Amino acid sequence: MSFLDLKNVTKIYPNGTKAVHETSLSIDEGEFMVFVGPSGCGKSTLLRMVAGLEDITEGDINLDGKLMNEVDPSERDVAMVFQNYALYPHMNVYNNLAYGLKNRGIDKETIEQKVNDAAKLLQISDYLQRKPSMLSGGQRQRVAMGRAIVRNPKIFLFDEPLSNLDAKLRIQMRLEIKKLQQKVGVTSIFVTHDQVEAMTLADRLAVINNGIIEQLGTPIEIYDNPKSLFVAGFIGSPQMNFLDGNLKNKTLSAESFKIKDIISDFEGDVTLGIRPEHLSQKENGLINLKVDLVEQLGSDNLVYGQLKDKKDFCYRCPGNLIIEKGSNLSLNIENNKYYIFDKSTGKRVN
Amino acid sequence: MTRFITSSFSHLILLIGILIMVIPVWMIFASSTHTSSMINMNGLQMFLGDSFYENYLRVLLYKGGFFKEITALKMFFNSFIMATGVAILSVITSLMAAYALVYYRIKYATLLFWIIFITILVPLELRIFPTYSVMAELNLVNSYFGLIVPISASAIATLFFRQFYKTIPDELLESAKLDGANTWRFFVDFLIPLSKTMIVAMLIFMFVFGYNQYLWPLLVTTSEQYWTVVMGLKMMSGSIVHRFAFVMMSMVPPILIIIVLQKHFIKGVFQDK
Ligand SMILES: Nc1ncnc2c1ncn2[C@@H]1O[C@H](COP(=O)(O)OP(=O)(O)OP(=O)(O)O)[C@@H](O)[C@H]1O
Ligand SMILES: [Mg+2]
Repeated sequence: MSFLDLKNVTKIYPNGTKAVHETSLSIDEGEFMVFVGPSGCGKSTLLRMVAGLEDITEGDINLDGKLMNEVDPSERDVAMVFQNYALYPHMNVYNNLAYGLKNRGIDKETIEQKVNDAAKLLQISDYLQRKPSMLSGGQRQRVAMGRAIVRNPKIFLFDEPLSNLDAKLRIQMRLEIKKLQQKVGVTSIFVTHDQVEAMTLADRLAVINNGIIEQLGTPIEIYDNPKSLFVAGFIGSPQMNFLDGNLKNKTLSAESFKIKDIISDFEGDVTLGIRPEHLSQKENGLINLKVDLVEQLGSDNLVYGQLKDKKDFCYRCPGNLIIEKGSNLSLNIENNKYYIFDKSTGKRVN
Repeated sequence: MTRFITSSFSHLILLIGILIMVIPVWMIFASSTHTSSMINMNGLQMFLGDSFYENYLRVLLYKGGFFKEITALKMFFNSFIMATGVAILSVITSLMAAYALVYYRIKYATLLFWIIFITILVPLELRIFPTYSVMAELNLVNSYFGLIVPISASAIATLFFRQFYKTIPDELLESAKLDGANTWRFFVDFLIPLSKTMIVAMLIFMFVFGYNQYLWPLLVTTSEQYWTVVMGLKMMSGSIVHRFAFVMMSMVPPILIIIVLQKHFIKGVFQDK
């Protein structure tokens, strides 16, 4: 049995909403797991069940070999960082960190030691006497982290802790969280709907949709080998291009081109997925793109345009290529990196 | 320029309002420092006389009532006990009631709350006879307990605390829980400190409410030993200057409470911002 084990966990809210469907998942000690998915897919619900803040309708959650279903959140030895931080407004930073330790009956000197260590680690030593209302967003974020770290819990739970920060600070904190987690080595679950955050932080990633884990794996596995249309569309930025097509006798017809010798026995309507970065310019290529707009990011250019049948399409090329608006590009798919999905079920077929 | 005119105009209106409220009080105070023959001959006075100590000391220590066994000093003591008791007890009960209503999984919490709330429409005066018979049955007539308890469940204070608790984000309770706080600790470590400002406001409000009670103390006490100041206002006999002096003194405790507690009140408001 692994460190955290979810077995067929289901959550049905009292109003009948089925937020999580029979989800099973194992997380190893020290692992950084990220739940990613669109709004309302049940990420928070799943996390809150691990914390004990929501009852489990069906299934079992085991943490460190103990069944958690009926264990009160105060006894679970988990720490959570909330989206709005939920700092204690009437206590100064020191007491915010110390409160959980005090409740465990730890003696004063040990508390002081631990709080000071955590404060140092997070560079908040200078603010220990301040109330949370006198801190900036980033500092509050650190205090919230400190409150989790100081207790040395079995598992850290993060529910979109970075979404209240501005873009720059977010990237900085993202890095710090990852470093901190590696340093402290605590098993962590991080919830986000930002796929870049998910890719950069995760040891392993669970892509959740409609209360179901669609795919579980390392970020690269999921990027390279999406198992469903949903995962393919969700992971990767800019989004994967999707074209309608038909597969018959191992030949795919889409748009105005055909691809032969496809490794799949599937026959019928399919969706062809091509990542913008898996294309390159080539004479007499498969795809003809009429350029509408070029976004220059410096290192890369994002080229937006339309195919022959007016379908929107995106191509990502190195930033040193100069591409004119209104020009016609002929593109090829690099190394056969295309993904074919069953149109009716969204399952990958190649 | 126009701003100057409008602002001086509103100041003028405020000043007139203040004068209208203050002048009668001042006249009573000024008159209470004269001798009664002076007042009887010349009417109410605008300026201070020189019988202040004489009049006020006599009022404080004079044994009044039908049986001549209660002094104003004792009445102040009684009123203070009653008002403080009502203030503290009603704040405690409504804090706890609101806590239960908001944080416990009570099935019909909203309904229960509204049932509590409509008791505002049923003031003590309406239920005074049943309340009296309960007190009589329990042998609590002529006791501080009997004076305080029947008016110490405040629907208004419960309303205020409940509305305040509802604005506290759930995450606060949740992180407190994860930090190992049980129900009682959350109440003591979080809700009470967070509602400090409101507690002080309610203490002031309920103190004045308890202090101003007239009909209930009148009914539930037969012994003069339990007379309160407000009852005394009616019962006190004596010359006009002594009554004036008594009226003046009766205003002091509520004002004092407001002055003392207001500091905390304002401090609390500013700290929270
Ligand atoms: N207390 C509740 N009662 C009923 N339904 C709820 C409750 N909380 C959440 N839900 C529903 O459960 C589903 C999953 O909610 P959840 O909060 O887990 O989503 P999420 O993935 O965290 O979304 P977001 O990214 O917006 O935070 C949603 O459809 C939501 O409407
Ligand atoms: Mg959420």
